[in-house]
Amino acid sequence: MDARILQEFRNLVGDRGIISSTDELHTYECDGLTNFRVLPLAVLLPADTQQVQNIVRTCHRERIPFVARGSGTGLSGGALPVKNGIVISLARMNRILEVDLENARMVVEPGVINLDVTGRVQAQQFFYAPDPSSQCVCSIGGNVAENSGGAHCLKYGFTTTHVLGLEVVLADGSLVHLGGKTLDSPGYDLAGVFVGSEGTLGIATKVTLRILKRPECVRTLLAAFPTTNEAGAAVSDIIAAGMLPAAIEMMDRLAIQAAEAAVHANYPDCGGLLLVELDGPLAEVESLMEQVDVICRKNGAWEIRVAQTETERALVWKGRKAAFAAMGRISPNYIVQDGVIPRTALPQVMSEIARMSAETGLRVANVFHAGDGNLHPLVLYDRQIAGQEAAAEQLSYRILELCLAAGGSITGEHGVGEEKKTMMSKMFSEPDLDTMQRVRCAFDPLQLANPTKVFPRPRLCGEKPGEYVSHPLETAGIAERF
Amino acid sequence: MTTSPAFAEKFESIVGASNICAAAASDAVAGVQPEYVVSPANEQELAGILACASEAGVAVIPRGGGTKLDWGKAPKRAGIILSTLRLNRVLEHAWADLTVVVEAGCPLQTLEDALAKHGQRLAIDALWPARATVGGMLSSNDSGVLRMRFGALRDLVIGVTLALADGTLASSGGKVVKNVAGYDLPKLATGALGTLGVITRAIFRLHALPWATKTVTCSTDRISQAQQWITQLLASNLSYSAAQTRFVARRKPEIFVDILFEGTEAGIASQIAQVKSLARPISVADADHSVWQFRQRLHAEAKQNPAISTLGKISALPLEVFGVMEDLYGRLHPKANFDAAIQATGLGVILLRGDTDTVTSALRACRKKLETLGGSLVLLGNSLAAKGIDPWGTPGDAFELMRSVKRQFDPQNTLNPGRFVGGI
Repeated sequence: MDARILQEFRNLVGDRGIISSTDELHTYECDGLTNFRVLPLAVLLPADTQQVQNIVRTCHRERIPFVARGSGTGLSGGALPVKNGIVISLARMNRILEVDLENARMVVEPGVINLDVTGRVQAQQFFYAPDPSSQCVCSIGGNVAENSGGAHCLKYGFTTTHVLGLEVVLADGSLVHLGGKTLDSPGYDLAGVFVGSEGTLGIATKVTLRILKRPECVRTLLAAFPTTNEAGAAVSDIIAAGMLPAAIEMMDRLAIQAAEAAVHANYPDCGGLLLVELDGPLAEVESLMEQVDVICRKNGAWEIRVAQTETERALVWKGRKAAFAAMGRISPNYIVQDGVIPRTALPQVMSEIARMSAETGLRVANVFHAGDGNLHPLVLYDRQIAGQEAAAEQLSYRILELCLAAGGSITGEHGVGEEKKTMMSKMFSEPDLDTMQRVRCAFDPLQLANPTKVFPRPRLCGEKPGEYVSHPLETAGIAERF
Repeated sequence: MTTSPAFAEKFESIVGASNICAAAASDAVAGVQPEYVVSPANEQELAGILACASEAGVAVIPRGGGTKLDWGKAPKRAGIILSTLRLNRVLEHAWADLTVVVEAGCPLQTLEDALAKHGQRLAIDALWPARATVGGMLSSNDSGVLRMRFGALRDLVIGVTLALADGTLASSGGKVVKNVAGYDLPKLATGALGTLGVITRAIFRLHALPWATKTVTCSTDRISQAQQWITQLLASNLSYSAAQTRFVARRKPEIFVDILFEGTEAGIASQIAQVKSLARPISVADADHSVWQFRQRLHAEAKQNPAISTLGKISALPLEVFGVMEDLYGRLHPKANFDAAIQATGLGVILLRGDTDTVTSALRACRKKLETLGGSLVLLGNSLAAKGIDPWGTPGDAFELMRSVKRQFDPQNTLNPGRFVGGI
């Protein structure tokens, strides 16, 4: 980077707010998806909104692309640096600014850790609902970028359900407020479009969150089934009975074995494990749990346990939440995917995954948000064996195609990022992608905010239909056309 | 601008002669008279009409049941009414997956009846369900009493197909509840009053119909008492589907707090017991389900009597809204009065009646107070007292960004020109 510009950045954030030595830059060369690595020109760590604006104004003037980064735990390469660009880390902006329990709202900076939001208000029996499994590390800003989910989505929604307003620095450095503390601000729901836009529309510098009161009672049940098919049938019966569980999670034998080896949650060894959580009024939850018990037995469950205390409940969840990390116990490497399918398609999708796994010789462990259809197949491989990494990637994409064929989505919560750009063309048509990119053109016509992510082919803003003209990023070799 | 006969012929060639007719006086929108009413049969015809209209510079007013055509500002131009009523089918009810795909012109009652066959519902108590359509409900961001528990339309819609002004048909979202692929355009379309594109179909996530329901109510003549109850309710861990404060104007104002419980009989009974002890010494009585129709009654009254009543949608923080009501009462009484249905979410509907000047000045003051608190007042309908007051209020600092989005989607201002916030 031009020494003059580097010095300008240094003046904006101070010596403590800039990283420019190659050794240190390696820390930021990837996020939770380690297969893709790009060294940024510099990493800036602003302390407040004004500094973010100043940095972005400089980027705008000099046409330097930037990538915002929270905790860097993302699984799709959303925080992967862009070649010849900088990373703007929000880690120093980690203060909880306002807590209004009576109106159930909080205002936080983007670097605040997800679990710390609940931590701040749990003594008063409040909680912040979106609970991705990485919640003790991931940041609210990152959650906003990805529209993060977690295990409780079917009942409690996603990040976008609980974000009421945002202060956003746009790609030209200007500051806008989207949404607000009150509902239904007149105008377009730009806050709703911003959440889940993976850092491509600007940088959120303040987030207004909705918090909820803890329900009267929570009960968690564990049921062991011969296979995931019977477990899936039980889930269908639970939904058909009119219940809306707070969570329904499923794990297959391989996933259970890994979890046991890692955290000793004492799960039964079975083909399909179901974790069902109900919450609400005590009288209601207790009677519904009895129904769930009957439904599970009817569908072949040979062991059922109900967690009665908070400690027991934490133990039941321990295995599920450690599932990805636990893979390290049974395999040197893995690729996790994030496809979504309609719940009713589960049996045929699982059997097809099993078939593909046998065909390729690569094991696949399955963890499934059975409530909302979000599947996490973990393709296990050994990088040291020639060709296995490529084969594993291939298999993971074939699984996504399977999800699309079943009427689902390529990503339920991890985002498209860098990793699944190519798959966007399989899920959406050209007009669909073009229309989404009109929004991008409105927010960031120069395409400086995380420019190479999400979309397979960048759209020139002001583009007219006709002969293909390559985008400057493509000509410069930074972006590819798929 | 008069639509030239050449373009009327073009429209005719797309939809057929029997599906285009001259507009009547009753088709006028806020006093602006369109020339034709065009009724396409499907998405392709609808997109074709839009492309054609854009090319000719003809302004298009999309219309479903027409129940909310008087919301927003008057259109700057109105060439044709684009009726969605022939796109009226429930396309797919995947009841085991709790999703439904439905065309935009489907009346809400039709959708409701289809879903009920499998014991399910779209968890919104929308306005005028016999006439209002899916597209209109979404485009106006209708918001009812069930929002407390089930969220707004933005939380219920999971996919949308939009016909853009240039004839592009674009889909986003999908058939699954959990989906973060691409931008969330369903949220952009919700509440956009058709100014970014015409919704041709929508996909919703559904909920089961409740096993049992019960409504209870208690009453007071003091706004501060109602505020206290709502404060306690929100601080409790009770699980209710709706909670509203009803202000009923009489010689002495009456204020009711209604709570809706849905779930198992046992769960409901235990919660009502808790509510009763919270409200002590004031009694909590069983109430008829019709109290939840109060919001609809206010809308209906305003539509029938625009000369003497004005309807507004207010938004404030759940507990700050009561101060706004106190203030409003003071400004109106005794020459005017108001009814209101305020949800515990902080959203509500107010109906003002009485001396025009008093009402007009109270509206201005009410909006100013709300906006200072970070809230809003949107005037709905064409009342006499609201003439001269912008229906939407002060656009925030994201207004230029909104205009930018509009320019990207509809550069020629074909769709509902001038009706939206800030005259978009």
